[in-house]
Amino acid sequence: MSQHEIALKINGETCTARVPARLTLVDFLRETLNLTGTHTGCEHGVCGACTVLLDGQPVRSCLIFAVQAAGCEVVTVEGLAPDAVGMSVLQDSFCEEHALQCGFCTPGMLLSAHALLQNNSAPSEEDIREAIGGNLCRCTGYKQIVQAIALAAQRLSVANAPTADLPKRP
Amino acid sequence: MKAVDFDYEQPRSVAETCRLLGETGREARLLAGGQTLAPLLAMRLARPAVVIDINRIEEFQGIDAEAESVVIRACTRQSRALADPIVQSRLPLLAKALSFVGHVQTRNRGTIGGSLANADPSAEIGLAALALDAEIEARSATASRRIPIGDFFISPMVTALAPDECLTVVRFPLPQGAVGTGFREASIRRSDFALAAVAVQLVLERGVCRSLAVSLGGAGATPVKLTAIEHKLLDTRLGDAELAEAGRLAHDAIDAVSDIHASAAHRRRIAGALTMRAIAEARDEALAGRA
Amino acid sequence: MTADAPTGFRYIGRRRRPKEDRRFVVGAGRYAADVMLPGMLHVALVISPHPAARITRIDATAALKLPGVRAVVAGDELAQATEPVFTGLDLPKMKRYPLAPGVVRYVGEWVAVVVAKTRALAEDAAELVEVEYEPLPHVIDPEAAMAPNAPPVHADHGSNVFYRRRFVWGAVDADFGAAPHTIAYRARWHRSATVPIETFGVLARWNPATQLLDVWASIQMPKFPDNLARALRLPGSAVRVHFDVDVGGSYGVKRGLKHSIVVGYLTRKLGAPVRLIEDRLDNMRGGDAHGPDRIFDVEMAFGDGGLVRAMKMRAIDDVGAYAGRAPLQLGKPVGAIVGPYRIRSVAYEPISVSTNKTPEEAVRGFGQSPTNFAIETGMDLIARKLGVDRVELRRRNLIRKDEFPYTIPSGSTYDSGDYHAVLDKVLVAADWNALMRRRDAARAAGRLAGVGLSCCLEPSGGNAAFEPLLNPKNETTTWMEGCHVKIDLTGAVVAAMGTSSSGQGHETLVSTVVGEMLERDPETIRVVHADSLGALPSNSPVGSRMAIMLGGAAAGAARKVKSQLIAIGAHNLDAAPEACVYADGAVALATDPARRLSWTQLVEIAHRKFHLLPPGMEPGLQATHVWEVPTGGALPTADGRVQMYPCYAFEAHVVYAEVDRVTGQTALRAYFVGHDCGVMINPDIVHGMTYGGIAHGIGAALYERFHYDGNGQLLGGSFMDYLIPSSHEVPDITIVDHCTPSPLTTFGQKGSGEAGYLGAPAAIASAVNDALAPLGLHIASLPMTVAALGDLLATKDRAK
Ligand code: FES
Ligand code: FES
Repeated sequence: MSQHEIALKINGETCTARVPARLTLVDFLRETLNLTGTHTGCEHGVCGACTVLLDGQPVRSCLIFAVQAAGCEVVTVEGLAPDAVGMSVLQDSFCEEHALQCGFCTPGMLLSAHALLQNNSAPSEEDIREAIGGNLCRCTGYKQIVQAIALAAQRLSVANAPTADLPKRP
Repeated sequence: MKAVDFDYEQPRSVAETCRLLGETGREARLLAGGQTLAPLLAMRLARPAVVIDINRIEEFQGIDAEAESVVIRACTRQSRALADPIVQSRLPLLAKALSFVGHVQTRNRGTIGGSLANADPSAEIGLAALALDAEIEARSATASRRIPIGDFFISPMVTALAPDECLTVVRFPLPQGAVGTGFREASIRRSDFALAAVAVQLVLERGVCRSLAVSLGGAGATPVKLTAIEHKLLDTRLGDAELAEAGRLAHDAIDAVSDIHASAAHRRRIAGALTMRAIAEARDEALAGRA
Repeated sequence: MTADAPTGFRYIGRRRRPKEDRRFVVGAGRYAADVMLPGMLHVALVISPHPAARITRIDATAALKLPGVRAVVAGDELAQATEPVFTGLDLPKMKRYPLAPGVVRYVGEWVAVVVAKTRALAEDAAELVEVEYEPLPHVIDPEAAMAPNAPPVHADHGSNVFYRRRFVWGAVDADFGAAPHTIAYRARWHRSATVPIETFGVLARWNPATQLLDVWASIQMPKFPDNLARALRLPGSAVRVHFDVDVGGSYGVKRGLKHSIVVGYLTRKLGAPVRLIEDRLDNMRGGDAHGPDRIFDVEMAFGDGGLVRAMKMRAIDDVGAYAGRAPLQLGKPVGAIVGPYRIRSVAYEPISVSTNKTPEEAVRGFGQSPTNFAIETGMDLIARKLGVDRVELRRRNLIRKDEFPYTIPSGSTYDSGDYHAVLDKVLVAADWNALMRRRDAARAAGRLAGVGLSCCLEPSGGNAAFEPLLNPKNETTTWMEGCHVKIDLTGAVVAAMGTSSSGQGHETLVSTVVGEMLERDPETIRVVHADSLGALPSNSPVGSRMAIMLGGAAAGAARKVKSQLIAIGAHNLDAAPEACVYADGAVALATDPARRLSWTQLVEIAHRKFHLLPPGMEPGLQATHVWEVPTGGALPTADGRVQMYPCYAFEAHVVYAEVDRVTGQTALRAYFVGHDCGVMINPDIVHGMTYGGIAHGIGAALYERFHYDGNGQLLGGSFMDYLIPSSHEVPDITIVDHCTPSPLTTFGQKGSGEAGYLGAPAAIASAVNDALAPLGLHIASLPMTVAALGDLLATKDRAK
């Protein structure tokens, strides 16, 4: 069995491990590191439940082998909040809009949405639907997810303005 | 759904890649973006002894504008190509095609060369490359050669590349004149594999078509160039009658497959209609001088 | 009270953040696959490649030689050590085991399991297990399976028909004879399912020292712990199912009893924790979680004005190779067999047929959505035949507000409703006339455009009356639900429920209800999922029942605690309880509110001051309440009349669609639904489930199908080709709420867990058929895929 030493940054912390070549990044996160926030829904690259950020870009972690992530920076849902006790504006907006039910697709959704908001501070509904087009959700019909991402964009733009006062949905 | 055990190599140069590929005695697969290979591995439909990861090779990255062509190196990510100003301005057809490729998450990993070498009959990049008369550069440990795209696709998932060759570069020649492009695709959900897709690039001279390339994919075993349409429509003004004729030719020309998502007959109907729509799109674009 | 929103509640019906959401958005949900124990072993499956075959040899020698492999177990060994898997119908000769002993009956059926240190190793070894088969004749088409000489799926049973009965309620023949018009049509609902993004997973650990089997499973199944214990030949007290596992979506199908039997057996055999997490291929092939697969042959008899008097419906359901609870899905629609309409006589003939396909499991609505589609197809056909507007036809047939409670021919009584009001509301919101103009403009521009409509019911408050109806040996007449509420010494409130949740927000439900009753902020109320040893009776969140049943149980328990508080207060105020008022957790004299005991004082007395308690009262503050389904408790009559579920929610869908004339792609461009599920406990949760149900219905209407070829091979067995709607395929949906409270429930609530799914397929079919009408085409088969519509449209091409 081919084994490889890897070192990478996960949610800001350096980690080293010895992994078999065939171990996917998502299995490494979940089974080796116990970072179970990242989920698998298909393991063949369709559902998006395993979405993480790899060097800032959303990717499907079931389609990458852990060994390939050596030297990279990975962000998972566990690394989205500003600190261990809080939530990001996006996470909070998901709660505000009830943008989830079973929560299984949610981590992948959040990372896709997070990446969108990094690049587009005022996304249209179409931009949002495009950004999460590769994340399947079976519970919500997407409406409250789209609303939550729009709300987060709005809040972030207000937060960046001189007087910060987070809007609530009317 | 776990891959079979395999050895893993991570060469740092094209030469090293070619050397590894040339080593006989074990089945090797090149791993580029992995967006197709990884599912095949997971389902154990691919069972290589060694996986050669070419993601860390500098020489495989980047897009260059040359005088009469644009060169894209094999491992350039699709998302990077899509956002690239050279691609946007000089290869509008490729840019259109790229927007149909997968999702943002897969384009962030998937590569230009990987898609070509993978030869999925419904892949958009190969389809655009065919309409653009691209040229593939391939290297082995001992030689390198250029393969016209027309000779590249052999059958589903099979290309003209020898087992010890790797695709290094794809070169897109640049058209001159009042260029227009059209790309149309029909799929079931927005990002599903194409049931049929058509790529068109043409040049108009005072409204008359002086050069035309139409390629069609998704419907059969490989993308095909519809040269009969090109011959028929050249030197016309691409009016309704000509478009209808092109649709008929496309409908009749292709050797479509049947599966649960569409019958062969339906694929042919779609192909015919998309051909008309794509040519019209390209014509209108050329007329508007948008190219 | 028929207002838009209920009044008089403090927390119920108000927009509040669901309690559960926070843990999910920070990645702290805990699903079955997240529970990991030291020394845990992993299972991979050896499956049948044949639709029917006799197993002649199994050789695991090579597999067992691989390092890291701990065991290979096949069907004979497991069948000897366990009882057959629970079956809903009376089929003594149809035995079902998790691993096929001797004969396989569908492609994907489990033949053996391999246990190893990792799943990858187990998969390596599974490839090395040699199985020899002797293929047997098979049958895939359900109608072919009904033929007398069809290959038998279960030779011992003697026929492929698992169940067949013709119910007649009312003067069907006379009504047909007297009616001036009739129609007859076939409606086909092909096999799809709920396909949650989380597959089924289960981990089990046997502790020989305590003789206790711990189970963490992604389960949503009535009586799962009892069924599991029985199959494993253990007392129920030796099985502890942990219901605090978050379930990653279910909508009916998460019933991995066979998976759980396997790991339960293996952990006892191997002395180590064992887990089985389906991968997506396992899930779709052999997870036994396909949904209804139906052929409806329907006749309707109606008057000149389109008033439908009588209906005959034959429903063939292809349940696949084995019968679990799934065949009972033919029984549940009996409770709403006439939909929201005043049809006065009905003949209903459910036929459950076995074929060599993956077994069917419960799917959202338990057979109601296909039935609604069949009824609504008829309504549109009648409108077309008579030239009556589809809306008008429905108005004439809908049960009127003043007719409730309304008893339908099959014996179920609808509790309440105002169907006309809901329909009117959604037509206004959608601007029906504007939609028609939009449609006509699109048609004028050469496009195929249609407006669709459906009206249907969501029976809710899940009871099990279909069990005795379809299986006379089963005398189940209660499907109770329990809840325990306590107040601790710090004054904090904790409520315990006895089942797991798969996204329905039960913690929010219970905390809201208990908060409402006790007038305490739901935010401060903790809701726990007790494990099966500690839990009160529960029948799990099926049948759209929890708002009603768990809500009722929680309210009942809270009411008991509240009366304890009042009694303590009254005793210490030297007053009768009736002379006291309870407000904000304090008890005061009605006549002199200044004389009061605060929450803190009351709690203190209950927990510490026995001398201040009323004589005979138990110390502490806790109560349990187990609630029987309202209207439940009776067996069906001899002619099969029965009260199925207690409460009936209503929904009316309006959708605008365009069909691409060439490609056959359908795009939904506007979607409205009027919805009346009584009092909503938490509107965001109800709306979310409704949006999601519609999205699921869009899948069933347009995209999703488990295809089989003639060789019994499943096509469409991965996410590559089983197509779940993405954010692009689900349009922006507008919900229009209406509230007709149920007289049967604590707060007037009805169920809503199946909302949207029950009417969306019918509405989309209505829209597509409206779009196809100018071409003279009609389709009454779901899903209306690109393939199906493309080939249908092609028939008009040639004529061109
Ligand atoms: S688990 Fe990776 S895309 Fe589905
Ligand atoms: S919230 Fe359940 S799958 Fe999206």
